[in-house]
Amino acid sequence: MYPEYMQESLKLVEKTRPERLKKSLSGEKVFTPMTDAERGEVLTKFHPDYKADARRKIRIGPNRGENITLEVADLLESHSRINPDDFDLSRVDYDTDVLVIGGGGGGAGAALLARENGAKVIIATKLRIGDANSMMSQGGIQASVNPNDSPAIHYLDALGGGHFDNKPDLVRALVMDAPLVIKWLEELGVMFDKDSNGNMVTMLGGGCSRKRMHSARDYTGAAIMRVLRDEVKNHPEDIQVIEFSPAIELLMDEGGQVAGAILYNLETEEYIMVRAKSTIIATGGFGRLHIKEFATTNHYGATADGLVLGYRAGANLLYMDSVQYHPTGAVYPEQILGFLITEKVRTMGAQPVNKFGELFVFPLEPRDVESSSFIRECTERGKGIITHTGRVGIWLDSPLIELINGEGAIQKQLPAMYRQYNRFDIDITKEPMLVFPTLHYQNGGLEINDQCETKIPNLYAAGEVSGGVHGRNRLMGNSVLDYNVFGRRAGIAAALNAKEVKLGKLTLKHIKRYERELQEADIHTDKISPMLLPNYTTPEVRARQLTAHYEGTLR
Amino acid sequence: MEEKTPSPKAKMISLYIMGKRYEVPEGSTIMGALEYAGYQLKRGCGCREGFCGACATVYRTTDDYKIKTGLACQTVVEPNMYLAQIPFFPANKALYDLDELEPSISTFQEIYPETFRCVSCNTCTKACPQDLEVMDYIQALIRGDIAQAADLSFDCIMCGLCAARCPAEIVQYNVAVLARRLYGKYLSKKGEYLESRLKEIKEHKYDKEIEEFMHMDRESFKKKYYARDIEKM
Repeated sequence: MYPEYMQESLKLVEKTRPERLKKSLSGEKVFTPMTDAERGEVLTKFHPDYKADARRKIRIGPNRGENITLEVADLLESHSRINPDDFDLSRVDYDTDVLVIGGGGGGAGAALLARENGAKVIIATKLRIGDANSMMSQGGIQASVNPNDSPAIHYLDALGGGHFDNKPDLVRALVMDAPLVIKWLEELGVMFDKDSNGNMVTMLGGGCSRKRMHSARDYTGAAIMRVLRDEVKNHPEDIQVIEFSPAIELLMDEGGQVAGAILYNLETEEYIMVRAKSTIIATGGFGRLHIKEFATTNHYGATADGLVLGYRAGANLLYMDSVQYHPTGAVYPEQILGFLITEKVRTMGAQPVNKFGELFVFPLEPRDVESSSFIRECTERGKGIITHTGRVGIWLDSPLIELINGEGAIQKQLPAMYRQYNRFDIDITKEPMLVFPTLHYQNGGLEINDQCETKIPNLYAAGEVSGGVHGRNRLMGNSVLDYNVFGRRAGIAAALNAKEVKLGKLTLKHIKRYERELQEADIHTDKISPMLLPNYTTPEVRARQLTAHYEGTLR
Repeated sequence: MEEKTPSPKAKMISLYIMGKRYEVPEGSTIMGALEYAGYQLKRGCGCREGFCGACATVYRTTDDYKIKTGLACQTVVEPNMYLAQIPFFPANKALYDLDELEPSISTFQEIYPETFRCVSCNTCTKACPQDLEVMDYIQALIRGDIAQAADLSFDCIMCGLCAARCPAEIVQYNVAVLARRLYGKYLSKKGEYLESRLKEIKEHKYDKEIEEFMHMDRESFKKKYYARDIEKM
């Protein structure tokens, strides 16, 4: 139940619903999609990336002089957690062929494929294996499987969605591997939604011209991640998982090759070494940086650690000026602020409407365009709904879903969404959801080629931490696909590389060099990165934690 | 848009974190309350949206003898709640090669024989923060109905609360993931579309078209993009 002060607006939504439903059922477009010029205008005027203070020049490292997202620049212009001189490089705690940093979907897929290609693997992960954005993805995974679709059409959609900035070789890999990934996942036992003929149920995602969204109810990411995790755990002799141990720096050798990483045991507070012939960064994205103070859909551990590791070792960043805000984050109730409302809700026919119940945008524009138009509706046009805590949102008219797809469609195909709201006594089959854009995805990242190689020898990256495949805006369902396609590719490439590599004497000179660069650029900061975990303790409590920095005694 | 900042006007309530009293804002989730109290969580915190199962929590309220369960990120605090998290549970996970298994009851008899010790007490179902019919899916497996077990357990987030409460020491969520994998691999009907697309890709049917796209100048490609027809919803 929504509070009394929202009831008037809710009545208007109900009033306009029959007419909107009629149009939706007629098969014609419910709203005219934007032209290139219209997209450009709404983006430059309302997308948070275009705000004057959204970006700044980074002063050190391989991308020096480039404009990147402010919070990322601050994170990269920070000190290492350790003084390299304090670390004993003669003691190798673990020795392996392939080190995978990150235990999400990309990391798990990489480990499985590296193993298949003969490598011994270690997965080092900050929290538990499977604690990742991969687990939280709801709506689906794209793959051109239907007869009226093709990898070429998928390519067209992905590039248009990314504003034509995507790296072509990466998009080719993405769309060509997609059907193979679906097959691989099904053989591992992922249960996709199917029709009575056994073909996949597919839906239309934002910015897509064909129905190619495959789903597993609205637990798609969980369905995949649970299976990948289970399979990783089936091979303890080849894949060792070290949990609660984030990597905090890469190791290198005298020849300038990456040679593993230093891990930090979050519980014993020890720093330990993994020497590896190939290293894959699969640490995911940066939602917990709360860029421009946005709430986020992201996992607790999404703190951009991999960007820091890779950048300090000399890897390039690509499109780190671009942030994805998912159009539909929850605004009410307050307890679920910023939570993801899957795009599948719009895919199944729900429409975004303003406080007067008016549909104001094509419901399935690419995400940045859709988000920007929501922001325009709430700011310039002043047609948002304001909550008692001063937040603003627009309605996502979910009851349409059952009117279009029949009674029970929501509980059957959107059980997570139904459950989420039901916990707070809102029945989304009867009442709409109040939404506003929420920080969702890191469009850019470490630059890779279609074999997931960075420009540093022995260093690979896959999934959200990498940049290029989505250009400056990712489409729905292409991230689940991304971590599967490139996780697998990274695993194969890393395993093959490990067969050839000879590592030299280990060194942390690159950390010293980076520290020197900070000094030379006259950067004075107390900040240390990677940040590992956000701190949501209140400032009052923090002010009383007087001895949090103590050594040699209980803190 | 800061994360879950409690409103400054929020009324404060008392609760007990592992027996120790703290004042926290009314309306907080348990996770929000832990952080408000000053904990920086390492274990017992994951996706924060109810999908990962990292924050299983048991609690009681003072006026009730009953043990209650919930996810810390999804459960709103109550006055005088006594709570503790169960961030890890030592659960039995069998090792298997899915390719070698049969989708039948004998697989479960062999791999997870304790499944058949179920005493139908329904404690697992009561403990499930997803409100799944946990006992029913275990019973379905005991009858050999893998499809039903897969369906009923589909929304499982593997938080471990069922296993923690089970007197028969069944690890329901690991049994269930095997059931779903067997269903997905062997029992679900397979369509034709995927196989024919894979064949086309293998035969390089799309290589040329994509190669052309890759080398097209930006403006011509843009034209092509905006001219594409969009399939009806």
